[in-house]
Amino acid sequence: MSKIFKKNMTRREFVKTTSTAVAVTAVSSVIPTFAIGGVAPVKVGVLLPFTGTYAKLGSHILDAMKMRIAQNGDKLGGRPVEYKVIDSEMNVPKSTQRVNKLVKKEKADFIVGPVHSGIGINMARMLKDENVTVIVPNAGANQITGELCAPNIFRTSFTSWQTAYPAGPAMLKAGLKRVVLLYWNYAFGKQTAAAFTESFVPGGGEIVADMPTPFPKTEFQSFFTKVAALKPDAVFTFYSGGGAIKFMKDYAAAGLQGKIPLWGTFLTEGTAKGAGAAAEGIKSTLHYSTELDNPVNVKFKADFKKATGDDADVFAIQGFDAGSLLIQGLDGVNGDTGARMELHNAMQSAKIDSPRGMFTFSKANHPIQNIYLREVQGGLNKVIGVAAEALEDPAIGCKA
Amino acid sequence: MEFSFYLIQLLNGIQYGFLLFLVASGLTLVFGIMDVINLAHGSFYMIGAYLTFWLTGIFGSLFLGVVFAVPLAVALGFVVEKLAIAYLYKKGHLHQVLLTYALILIFDEAQRFLWGNDSHGIDIPAVLSGSIPLTDVQVYPVYRLFVSFVCIVIGLGMFYVIQKTKLGMTIRAGASNREMTQALGINIEWLFTIVFSLGVGLAAFAGMIAAPIDSLYPGMGDNILIISLVVVVIGGIGSIKGAFVGAMIIGISSIFGKTLFPDMASIVVYAMMAAILIWKPQGLFKSA
Repeated sequence: MSKIFKKNMTRREFVKTTSTAVAVTAVSSVIPTFAIGGVAPVKVGVLLPFTGTYAKLGSHILDAMKMRIAQNGDKLGGRPVEYKVIDSEMNVPKSTQRVNKLVKKEKADFIVGPVHSGIGINMARMLKDENVTVIVPNAGANQITGELCAPNIFRTSFTSWQTAYPAGPAMLKAGLKRVVLLYWNYAFGKQTAAAFTESFVPGGGEIVADMPTPFPKTEFQSFFTKVAALKPDAVFTFYSGGGAIKFMKDYAAAGLQGKIPLWGTFLTEGTAKGAGAAAEGIKSTLHYSTELDNPVNVKFKADFKKATGDDADVFAIQGFDAGSLLIQGLDGVNGDTGARMELHNAMQSAKIDSPRGMFTFSKANHPIQNIYLREVQGGLNKVIGVAAEALEDPAIGCKA
Repeated sequence: MEFSFYLIQLLNGIQYGFLLFLVASGLTLVFGIMDVINLAHGSFYMIGAYLTFWLTGIFGSLFLGVVFAVPLAVALGFVVEKLAIAYLYKKGHLHQVLLTYALILIFDEAQRFLWGNDSHGIDIPAVLSGSIPLTDVQVYPVYRLFVSFVCIVIGLGMFYVIQKTKLGMTIRAGASNREMTQALGINIEWLFTIVFSLGVGLAAFAGMIAAPIDSLYPGMGDNILIISLVVVVIGGIGSIKGAFVGAMIIGISSIFGKTLFPDMASIVVYAMMAAILIWKPQGLFKSA
């Protein structure tokens, strides 16, 4: 497998260098060809999970993106669109082969995906500076728009740093100075804890105990016993999905709910209803809430509900914004996907009128966006403030 | 840290120990009596948990889910013994390791196929969802005490069956001298089928009652297998008493390890095993 890949790499590099030389001389003739033909579709490859519980994330992202492009007359830069969809199955080892299939066999102009950070890192490594444009609609590992950043890699979601960093000042402002960290002991959890510590400790906060818990286990009892003994002002966490529901329920069952305030990032996203009463009062910092009161969000929620029958969530808006980014990028070059540099420039300078609020892109091609402070009230993540306005990810290691 | 903290952690450790005992006792029985290394033991724990998840979803009650899942698990053990394990009694341990490792792969893949890659949870039944206050901040969930209680009952039941009944007598006889037991006219093949099915039943049952405390995720069986092997080796292979003492030692030390030395949490259990094996290379209790 890796042998074949290497062989193709050299061939592709050869093609790339020669084609650049050709393109330089022929650039003026390429655009008219499209203008006259006008029918060659833009190929959008999609690598998202469509099986397992994350199936919902994948389908929300894809449905919302298609909905956005449909609002544009199903056209990108005046050209029709062709989707090539592959199920990622959240499988990191198989992702190499799947990305290759989209790039080489399907000859995709764009790849939209993935959800999983491990696949995202693999994909960014493979496609950095390759002849395809990547839009990451979820995977939040810092590296993707950090050390792996490239002119052809964009992201419409978040980084672990971006979601956790604003929680530090927000907690200090709430008078919570002694905090216990509880998070899943894997890349994203560790990045979240590190970003929180980065703003919380210099601001005068104290990390009373740093307790990573084995991923993806959800046996928290002995950790809660320690929290109860330490009696911190609050607990800051990273858990998500089913594990987050279990965490909130066990936290309440251990008698800690209401006595020691619970904070997080994704903890209550899409899980507040599942956790029921155990989620009430939990505060979190995130780049979106379904309860945001702006016209774009209100319309988006209604449209999405009508199109899919499902309630919108943070994943859907990230897909929706990937659609907006495609539209603005291709409009900027009149559909000429061959004009790579101009295309990437148009995408980087895009202003996305998102349900999360207007945002622009950083030099690393990552959203500069508001991070909202939310509190669960009646099973909904109510916005109670803005934790950080127009926050830019530091994109550590990015040389763009 | 207050004294109550250590007491509550001790309670957590004992409760975890009881659960480990339930899994490890099945492993040590099969190993000690049948001389079969069953690496797929953890997979049966996982199967128990997933069966309960599935059946609880159908019946809407954990109790009914467990009632229907136990016979299914025992039946699965029966089938596996008849179709696979039975051919290996005369072969060496390497063959058993290879076969049961293959079973792990098959069961893991089957789990993915049937239930997907996500973690699931089962709700604690309403009757047992209460809690008992311990300190001014912490309360203890009743379900955890219930799990310990069930483990004690099963442990005592096992002790009674093995020490006081005819079946137990035959099992002990088969363990100490297989040929002689056979010569006395006891059908050792059936005996082994029963022991293996019971061992599977114990592992699966542990998975069932642990499911509402822990959650269900792919590969959950592998973790429990490794820790159960540690318990069995510490306790002495084939000894139920050893499995109990070993489970308590590992349960308590792993809970304290996790919370007092989080950086070394994963080492604590193995360091404990190494220390005990240096002191007693055969394990604490040699054999049944």
